[in-house]
Amino acid sequence: MMTNLHPAFVLFAAAVLIPVFLGRWRNYMLLAAGALAVFCVYSLEPGYSLSASFMGLDLVFMNIDKLNKVFGYVFTINATIAFVFALRLTDVRQQLAALFYIGSALGAVFAGDLITLYVFWEIMAVASTFLILARQTPEAYGAGFRYVLIHLFGGLCMLLGVIMHIQTTGSTVFTTFSPDMISSWFILVGVLVNASAFPFSSWLSDSYPAATVVGGVVLSAYTTKTAVYVLLRGFPGWEILIVVGCFMAVYGIIYALLENDMRRILAYSITNQVGFMITGAGIGTAMAINGAAAHAFCHIIYKSLLWMSAGAVLAMVGRSKCTDLGGLYKTMPWTLLLGLIGALAISGVPGTSGFTSKSLIIMAAGDQHLTWVLMILEIASAGVFLHAGIKFPYFVFFAKDKGLRPPEAPANMLWAMGGLAFLCIFLGVYPDPLYSILPYEMGDFTVYKAGKVVAQLQLLTFSALAFFLLLPLLKRTDTIALEVDWFYRVGGKLFYRATDRVMNGLNTACAAMVGRAVQGFERGARRLPVAGMYLVEMFSSETPSEENRSFPIRQKSIEQDLDLGTLPIGGVLLTIILGLAVVLALCI
Amino acid sequence: MSKRKEFDFFDKPKTKRGLWYLLWGCCVGVLALQFVASPKPHFGFDTFFGFNGLFGFVSCVVLIVVAKGLGFILKKPTDYYDD
Repeated sequence: MMTNLHPAFVLFAAAVLIPVFLGRWRNYMLLAAGALAVFCVYSLEPGYSLSASFMGLDLVFMNIDKLNKVFGYVFTINATIAFVFALRLTDVRQQLAALFYIGSALGAVFAGDLITLYVFWEIMAVASTFLILARQTPEAYGAGFRYVLIHLFGGLCMLLGVIMHIQTTGSTVFTTFSPDMISSWFILVGVLVNASAFPFSSWLSDSYPAATVVGGVVLSAYTTKTAVYVLLRGFPGWEILIVVGCFMAVYGIIYALLENDMRRILAYSITNQVGFMITGAGIGTAMAINGAAAHAFCHIIYKSLLWMSAGAVLAMVGRSKCTDLGGLYKTMPWTLLLGLIGALAISGVPGTSGFTSKSLIIMAAGDQHLTWVLMILEIASAGVFLHAGIKFPYFVFFAKDKGLRPPEAPANMLWAMGGLAFLCIFLGVYPDPLYSILPYEMGDFTVYKAGKVVAQLQLLTFSALAFFLLLPLLKRTDTIALEVDWFYRVGGKLFYRATDRVMNGLNTACAAMVGRAVQGFERGARRLPVAGMYLVEMFSSETPSEENRSFPIRQKSIEQDLDLGTLPIGGVLLTIILGLAVVLALCI
Repeated sequence: MSKRKEFDFFDKPKTKRGLWYLLWGCCVGVLALQFVASPKPHFGFDTFFGFNGLFGFVSCVVLIVVAKGLGFILKKPTDYYDD
């Protein structure tokens, strides 16, 4: 049965129904909404389009094809499993924020025009902020504030580009952009902000680790992958994306190695993995686009799994720094085991989904003979195993026993992790269902070539050897690593202080100037009668004596006369009459 | 009061030693696999035996050393941004 119901509508409807359901029933309702959204995506027919006209603009709410269906599938599957993970969550704010966030991400990927894309893009930014603020810590408030500001900046860049694009082309249709138009570059910057591309990358590692346990899981999937989708649709084959993607892949690893907080390590590995996808978009061939879409699919699943295992640890222990954790394998073996499957998948171990998806991008680079790209991606593949594959589980579950004996994660969390772990292995050993939904036909392609598997196993095993041999160099320290956000966090403070100095200095100077001017007027007004009298006396017949002629002496005497009211009236009278006569003459 | 014995398999020195042997064994094993199926060379200079292993090892060593070096400049106390 083909219903062609927009999956975002299901999630928005669930948000409206939230007040109707109470207690655990609300969680079950969310779960049902997630499952229904998966069905809606399944039933969408490629080629179907839903459009309307608004204020003279053609809006296309849905324009279905194979590319956005891939993202639709994984967005809704991940949402459903995230709702299983959040089955004990009672915080309505997080539930509402998650529904609007996931719903608007779906709205953005199915959007057929730029206006619809932009509107959902902004709803996504605002809704996701509440998943960070809901943690209710000073760090979360600060991170949420910075997060929304940087996303509003990205949104404004996009809006500017969209308006310019519509003005130039007269069309709102979301299709491939031309590098010759300046509007395309503004849109690209807006999208790259959401993709956490350098130098707009630090918001991710700043905000996601500050979010709630469920918030981190939900956030890890949508914002960056919606950006990847827009890049695949709007900017395929833009060579600059290869450079941006390769840089992100390596940069994410270096920072993940420097980090101490387990969720920050995972945040940097998102940047690293999105780097692979952006490189795929930049290569732009059918294999590369398929690879990037497949990698986004698999990445969302194993990354959610990793965030769930880290979230379970945070929920049980209340700590997230590697320096505070260790030895948890003793009491949280299931969380470890399932998290480990995610760690192996992100590392691209043969038999897991990371291998079956990432290999497509690497193969696409090889097919195009992009030697340096291939080399960087291979280095990044080795590095992923280093930080997300080994470092995260090693320091959290093994390393030094910190005497922590938390209980195992609740059953619903383990079931959610189990579901994702199953998908990681299923898509690793049998990727055909995934390959069949990719935008371009894969034919009878097989990723499991003996030589490729051996190469990958060698790469990863020796990466592990390097990790354990150099373990003393990787000793955790209770520190943070400075990032690009230093420029707006410290730079912002410096700017504030400088503005404070300049503006308040100007204010003080103006106040002093006005004060002095008033004083001057006051003094002038006091002296005016004296000076007037002096002048009058000078011209009057009552010539003062020699000794009284100097101004200071006369001034004193005139002041005394003014105080006593004994003024030489004759002269004054003469002056007044003469003055009046002059005025009269002028008037006539 | 009877206390259930804690699962501490990975804390035992014997296990740790065993895991080291396992790791070295895996390294030898994956190199030996090259006799079964040889990886396809891509770069021109990667035709020698065990290239991928060496590439992975060297890449990781370089990444760790670079990260360590950058850490001297970039690592700050956790209260760095606090007022």
